[in-house]
Amino acid sequence: MKKKIFSVLMVTLIGMGIFTGCGSSAEDIGEEEETSAQTLTVSDPDYYTRFKGKGLSINVYNWGEYISDGADEGTLDVNKEFEELTGIKVNYTNYATNEELYAKLKGGAASYDVIIPSDYMISKMIKEGMVQKIDLDNIPNYSYIMDNFRNLEYDPGNEYSVPYTWGTVAIIYDTTVVDIDEEDIDWDILWNEDYANQILMFDNPRDAFAIAELMLGYSLNTENEKELKAAAELLKEQKHIVQGYVMDEVFDKMGSGDALIAPYYTGDAVTILEDNEDLALVIPKSGTNRFIDAMCIPASAKQKEAAEMYINFMCEPDIAYANIDYICYGTPHTAAFDMLDEEVQNDPAIYPDDDFINDKTTVFVNLSDDANLIMQNLWTEMKSAEDENSNRYFVPIFLIICVLIIIFVLVRRHIKSKKDIF
Amino acid sequence: MKLKYFSAPYLVWMIIFILVPLIMIAYFAFTNDGGSFTIKYVSDVGQYANIFVRSIWLSLIATALCLIIAYPVAFILSRMEKHKQGTMLMIVMLPMWMNFLLRTYAWMTLLGNNGIINHILGLVGLGPYKLINTSAAVVLGMVYNYLPFMILPLYSVMEKIDKSLFEAASDLGCSSASTLFRVVIPLSVPGITSGITMVFVPAISTFIISRMLGGGSNLLIGDLIEMQFLGNAYNPHLGAAISLVLMVIILVIMTVMNQFDPDDQVLM
Repeated sequence: MKKKIFSVLMVTLIGMGIFTGCGSSAEDIGEEEETSAQTLTVSDPDYYTRFKGKGLSINVYNWGEYISDGADEGTLDVNKEFEELTGIKVNYTNYATNEELYAKLKGGAASYDVIIPSDYMISKMIKEGMVQKIDLDNIPNYSYIMDNFRNLEYDPGNEYSVPYTWGTVAIIYDTTVVDIDEEDIDWDILWNEDYANQILMFDNPRDAFAIAELMLGYSLNTENEKELKAAAELLKEQKHIVQGYVMDEVFDKMGSGDALIAPYYTGDAVTILEDNEDLALVIPKSGTNRFIDAMCIPASAKQKEAAEMYINFMCEPDIAYANIDYICYGTPHTAAFDMLDEEVQNDPAIYPDDDFINDKTTVFVNLSDDANLIMQNLWTEMKSAEDENSNRYFVPIFLIICVLIIIFVLVRRHIKSKKDIF
Repeated sequence: MKLKYFSAPYLVWMIIFILVPLIMIAYFAFTNDGGSFTIKYVSDVGQYANIFVRSIWLSLIATALCLIIAYPVAFILSRMEKHKQGTMLMIVMLPMWMNFLLRTYAWMTLLGNNGIINHILGLVGLGPYKLINTSAAVVLGMVYNYLPFMILPLYSVMEKIDKSLFEAASDLGCSSASTLFRVVIPLSVPGITSGITMVFVPAISTFIISRMLGGGSNLLIGDLIEMQFLGNAYNPHLGAAISLVLMVIILVIMTVMNQFDPDDQVLM
């Protein structure tokens, strides 16, 4: 809950203006006004009106700032359009991390019809039977999904998920300070002592370990304890030059120039870049993690068909375009991709070429419970390790204080009882 | 006797929302996924001893600082004219009208490498110093956020000290220092103990302050517990075990604290 409040706060503080869609820097705004507002035409209106008048409602649980909500003039409010078209009410709520989503579903207190987890979380949920199979016959718009987003490792038979967006992890850096050629920037910049205390790092073990694993040339999905330990060792070495372990705070810290180098997800990175023109974005040549967020239906969903209708609606070309234009990530949707500005289509930071994607990027799959536990323990150990040897004094000092307090109390009681005698 | 019935709503509330959850925490801490008894998770807590020690240490420092800062403030406040007291109290309370997160967030911009403090120091040719992402910043955050919780109980106790007591003390030849130690402090002990409780307990279990001002590398118990529920490991049993150990530690510390209270009343 705190986290959610926190991200809402971030969003408000960082400024209302920066989430105005990928291309809408100052000069584009004029263009947008000239071209007519985004409009909606759907492929098969009959399909959508089946449930009209039945008073159905569905619960959609999505990441924050991850749908076109009509906040900018001329853009579509996707949920409102869906409600008007189908007569199904959409209860839309947000989460900040995959783990929050997992905990919420696992707790069983809430029922959702459509959720949008990331790759590794999808495979975990499939394994634990938390999501149900989607009937693709009910989702004719699935035909728009690009071939290289089908049959991915996390959902081999394409039975449980419909891809929504994708992106990679890139490095954001301040061009005024970092004097390394863009070509030569690789993950090792995050270990470069020259930038001590200017480096930010992911505050979650999976993403942080992935970077260390890329440095060491291991698989990003390794479950080998030795390799995980080596990665943790590398992260420990890095710790003394890391300014902070952050997630959403990266918007603020990079935007204000408080930190100079940070790894982050490309879509958000593009948003940060709009805020500070000294910053640049580079996807390291040696490879990176590619993530895919896909729409799923939880096993506990009450309105499966309506949920499928919603997923199909999200795959309508106009809707998919409106969403992707707003959230700036990559789209797996062919028609939406074709509608994008050429400039965005050719942006190597958002759409790296296919060879790179196929050879150099890895999609996370869920790790076994044991590997997760090892990783979590190594992470806690790494984070709680002290830089200096001050740690040695903590326990003795604490014990001495405890003993002193006890002596004091005993002496006091003794004096008191003596007083009482008289 | 009839008055007893008026406490019924709170009793029901207490049972449903305090007692039952406590029992569930204990249950989770001592069982595994299958529901059978185990002490594995409770003993696992041992490996996080350094995090516990750091949390206790930092919150003790914060509590001590709060006491040192709040004591004179509360005393001066309580000796002011009545109508001024109201205004001054409002000023003490003023920061609390703002959202807790926003207040802590503001410190992030103040302490940052390019923050206002370093900027001003830079104008006089000093720094930049590393202010944020240190344990000192975490302590600062705690002191800033919890200071009113120390001032208020101290003030309310001191306000009741009769002015004539000071006159009597000086009449009987007490210097101002011994008036402080033999009159003011003994009379304000209840305020001190409840102030310490109200600062120490939230400080030890905070997690957002260490995340925002500690840069994620000054883990506290609160962060550790949060990681068990919203982190990759998702281990509610370990999370419950850590919470349980934390509660026991607080209980022990508070019992020791209450020894200082002359009336031996329980202030929990």
